[in-house]
Amino acid sequence: MNDIAIELKGIDKKFGLVHANKNINLSVRKGTIHGIIGENGAGKSTLMSILYGFYQADTGDIFVDGRKTVIRDPNAAIAAGIGMVHQHFMLVENFTVLENIMLGAEESQILNAGITKARQELKRLEEEYELEVDPDAIIEELPVGLQQRVEILKALYRGAEILILDEPTGVLTPAEADHLFRILEQLKDQGKTILLITHKLREIMAVTDEVSVMRRGEMVATRTTAETSVEELAELMVGRRVLLHVEKGPASPGDVLLSVENLTVRDSRGVDMVRNVSFNVRAGEIVGIAGVAGNGQSELLQAISGIRRAVTGKVLLQGEPIHVTGKADPSDLRHRGLAHVPEDRQHMGLVLKFDESENSILGYHDDPKYLKGMFLDIDAIRNDAADKIEKYDIRPPNPRLKTANFSGGNQQKIVLAREMERDPAVLVIGQPTRGVDVGAIEFIHKRIIEMRDAGKAVLLVSVELDEIRSLADRVLVMFDGRIVGERAPDTSEGELGLLMAGVEDTKEAAQ
Amino acid sequence: MEYFDTLIVILQSTVRVSVPLILAALAGLYSERAGIFDIGLEGKMLAAAFAGGAAASVYGSALVGLGAAVFVSVCLALVHGFASITQRGNQIVSGVAINFIALGATVILGQAWFRQGGRTPQLGEGERFTTVELPFAAELADVPILGSIYSNLLSGHFLLTYFAFALVPFTWWVLYRTRFGLRLRAVGENPGAVDTAGISVIWLRYRAVICCGILCGIAGAYLSMAMTAGFVKGMTAGKGFIALAALIFAKWKPVNVMFACLLFGFLDAMSIRMQGNALPIVGEVPVQFMQALPYILTVILLAGFIGKAIPPRAGGVPYVKER
Amino acid sequence: MSVPYAKLPAWVDYGLIPLINLAVAFAVAGLVVLAVGESPVRAAGLMIQGAFGYGEGIGFTLYYATNFIFTGLAVAVAFHCGLFNIGGEGQAYVAGLGVALPCLWLDQFAPWYLVFLAAIVGSALAGAAWALIPGWLQAKRGSHVVITTIMFNFIASSLMVYVLVDVLKPAGSMAPQTRAFAESGQLPRLDWMFSWAGVDMGGAPFNLSFLLALVMAGVVWAVIWRTRLGYEIRTMGHSPRAAAYAGIRQSRIIIITMMMSGALAGMMALNPIMGDQHRMQLDFVGGAGFVGIAVALMGRSHPVGIVPAAILFGMLYQGGAEISFEMPQISRDMITIIQGLVILFAGALENMFRPAITAFFATLGGARADKSIAAAE
Repeated sequence: MNDIAIELKGIDKKFGLVHANKNINLSVRKGTIHGIIGENGAGKSTLMSILYGFYQADTGDIFVDGRKTVIRDPNAAIAAGIGMVHQHFMLVENFTVLENIMLGAEESQILNAGITKARQELKRLEEEYELEVDPDAIIEELPVGLQQRVEILKALYRGAEILILDEPTGVLTPAEADHLFRILEQLKDQGKTILLITHKLREIMAVTDEVSVMRRGEMVATRTTAETSVEELAELMVGRRVLLHVEKGPASPGDVLLSVENLTVRDSRGVDMVRNVSFNVRAGEIVGIAGVAGNGQSELLQAISGIRRAVTGKVLLQGEPIHVTGKADPSDLRHRGLAHVPEDRQHMGLVLKFDESENSILGYHDDPKYLKGMFLDIDAIRNDAADKIEKYDIRPPNPRLKTANFSGGNQQKIVLAREMERDPAVLVIGQPTRGVDVGAIEFIHKRIIEMRDAGKAVLLVSVELDEIRSLADRVLVMFDGRIVGERAPDTSEGELGLLMAGVEDTKEAAQ
Repeated sequence: MEYFDTLIVILQSTVRVSVPLILAALAGLYSERAGIFDIGLEGKMLAAAFAGGAAASVYGSALVGLGAAVFVSVCLALVHGFASITQRGNQIVSGVAINFIALGATVILGQAWFRQGGRTPQLGEGERFTTVELPFAAELADVPILGSIYSNLLSGHFLLTYFAFALVPFTWWVLYRTRFGLRLRAVGENPGAVDTAGISVIWLRYRAVICCGILCGIAGAYLSMAMTAGFVKGMTAGKGFIALAALIFAKWKPVNVMFACLLFGFLDAMSIRMQGNALPIVGEVPVQFMQALPYILTVILLAGFIGKAIPPRAGGVPYVKER
Repeated sequence: MSVPYAKLPAWVDYGLIPLINLAVAFAVAGLVVLAVGESPVRAAGLMIQGAFGYGEGIGFTLYYATNFIFTGLAVAVAFHCGLFNIGGEGQAYVAGLGVALPCLWLDQFAPWYLVFLAAIVGSALAGAAWALIPGWLQAKRGSHVVITTIMFNFIASSLMVYVLVDVLKPAGSMAPQTRAFAESGQLPRLDWMFSWAGVDMGGAPFNLSFLLALVMAGVVWAVIWRTRLGYEIRTMGHSPRAAAYAGIRQSRIIIITMMMSGALAGMMALNPIMGDQHRMQLDFVGGAGFVGIAVALMGRSHPVGIVPAAILFGMLYQGGAEISFEMPQISRDMITIIQGLVILFAGALENMFRPAITAFFATLGGARADKSIAAAE
């Protein structure tokens, strides 16, 4: 009867005002691969962190093998037979594989005795699960796929019976991902229980036995994978949301103002985050980029706006090239008519310790209208800020107030006012309404439409699918660094959801 | 033969001045490999030198002096630990503060307790460390070359000297062959990995700063109770910073630390020896240039022109559990 | 997801918490006084008396404060860019050359104000040059500026010993110092300021460089808060990512900031060399570069805080010297302890009392809310 490996009952967790997990119930059968799927911010990672003892639930109980277990720290989780492969590997990069595997499970004060045993054990594990890896290789010299294998070995070495994998394929190539799935099957055959956290439907369909769907902190459904379909899951994941009502006439696109050709961007780990992306944005249209966070949208925005170097590719701004692979300079791009509302408002778009008026010139502080010689023209800056405050209804209407003291919505309006009032040719916006109160959302959406109607080319990136659908004139879906499809904004949520989850040929899948 | 004797003398004083550098640099190694930067080596050493000199003269025992030196140094190390681990304060600022507190307090307390202008009383027999002769040192002294090396260079040092040199392989062993060392190195590189492995980052880092305190304490005791017989104000005279430079120069590796300290000690010994004497090829080198050389070399290394000194990756960053 | 500290009223943030930190630093210093068998209260009384009780004392207090204004501003400017310049000591020391050389060359024929002008430029340039290398290494090679500036302090010290002993020492002299400057290499003392107030300054070397220090405090304020450069520096200091977003060239700003910091530290050399000793001596900086760290932390990197903080440390230096007559146990080294404690409590432990204070204000707010609920019922 005791075939339940893990059972969660009434898990609830709040971070300040954010209700990350709402009364979660979940049971995972022993010897199965159980998927947990949901959009970013759905609460999957928080739930798994609670299971691994990184956080404590505010209320609720965890049962492992039918016994109520208190998991106060990772130690307790390890003792209970739970292992975790983190999204960002928890490896010491200049250690060898063996050292990483032993860390925390050394057996004795002096390593030597343990090393021999660890080598044997590692060899056994390698053979049993076909997880070859050179124990003396240095982690940072290994490809990402092998590093992940070390993480799995680490958990197995500690005797994990239950293995949690958090977005394991985010950094893998498709071939590596396939290999990983074979390993997971193997582990399942050996009787291990696997919890697979992902936002990719293809993976869920490919390897899981059961799947639970999370949405906005809630566990909305659990299905047997064989009895469900990608459509059903996509819908459960995205939810049937009321389309936000935005007054919007038809677009009248003009010349191409922003053109991106074969852009590839690599992150600091050497992983290609944007892969050979091409698209155009015309005057008077809004091009929306939909996708689950972490699929390369951030890197795309940063490369276009000159903050991050691209590896290859060409970007033309009003027909003139931007040196995205070389010396692209954000301040030069501003002069050439590119305005950028960054995704990370708090760390990039604003200096929270500055007062409102200081932030209202960030990036444009070299404009002569704010300067008297080398000095800032404080009166001009404050008057200008006051005008924007009025026009954008920023509250409280005080240009001298510290920016940290404004609400999220008002902070965003400060950025928008700064970028939109410059009358740019191209407006690039990332997550315009993230962390913004409902009242401000409507205002911000209206402004974006107005920019379009004034003949600007608008590139909009958002993880909020309904935002993209209600604002964009064309929708591009990004997945795994590539643009996997272009759709009209009135395409069904299900179809867009499938694209966002990496199911490319939606027509075929729909049959 | 005369050159040889001179060389022996220079090497002998190289060993003498290198000892506190080795101890302090290894102290810093324990702390910095665990991710806690410590520019307060100087202050801890100074406070320990004072505590050692003072306690040894009051209680008439070198061992009590050593104990006091270590105790005081560990206390200061714990202040640094509290500021940088528990309070997540700025590690550089904390280190600077400890240097000044030690610099001032040793003089004030010394003057209040002993009234000798910041000195502690001259340590007599039994109150300070004495040198030990290796067996047959006297008998072998006359054997050419080897005998001289044995009896003049290897023999006749303090126990602490042998201890310091023995500490180098020991530290290497601890770092690379024990569980503590494995975890210590890990926490300085990626505390997240240590935390998820179920090990307490905080307790591990505290143990590292305590190790640092103990060794700084011994270094200080060597200064006031072995190298000289009593504490003199400001007697560390920048040795803590030279040790820091040596640690960086050694790229945070124990055996390299020893060679870096010997190199810097050698430069020091040469600069004293060479005052006014010309060198064969380069002519007369200003003694100040020799004194500045350790720092210049370290800067050049830091600039990445000769190899690259990469500090422990998590160094200087307080650990905040966050995902 | 982490909200480190709840919001507090500005007066608590900028007034109460720094004051509590300072008070704790001084309380611990008081314990040290107690430990050496003296009364902290009497010591404080003597110190204030010695520093402000008579004209000459005030003169000395302000003379010392002059040094600390310069070095405090130097540290503060770097702080605004997120840099920790521990090298003020070495920058000031090398800048001594920028003061002494113009004096030695010009004092025979040029009027004092021309010599002064040349020395200002010279000291600023020399200090900036000495900070340029660590700044450049930080900006271009990523070498940590803290470590390189420490190293440069020692290199400066060796360099200056060499220069004073082997180059600038007049023939036949034993003391490692330059020859004394003629009258035009000496700065006018500010007796007149004291005469206005009807106080006699006595032999205190309080001189024109104090006014220069105040001017520089104003200049620093204007540069940091009123120029485009200052705007870019502050953006860098608060958020390097926002600076990248705004298209601010980071390495350029780092180098310029370090040079400004070095120039300010360098000008400190004017005060002892041209204002007091009228020659360059060994170790004329005497730790003022390090005091600047405490002054900047205490003054929260703002000139309006730095000037009083510098005067407080000037008081400690002068008053500390006076105490030692009455209390032989307590020498000027007491100030070094206080300096360390201020750096510890106002710097490394600046947030130690914050949770308690936040909780206190929260309960206060809570109590008030309770009361209003009670009143409503």
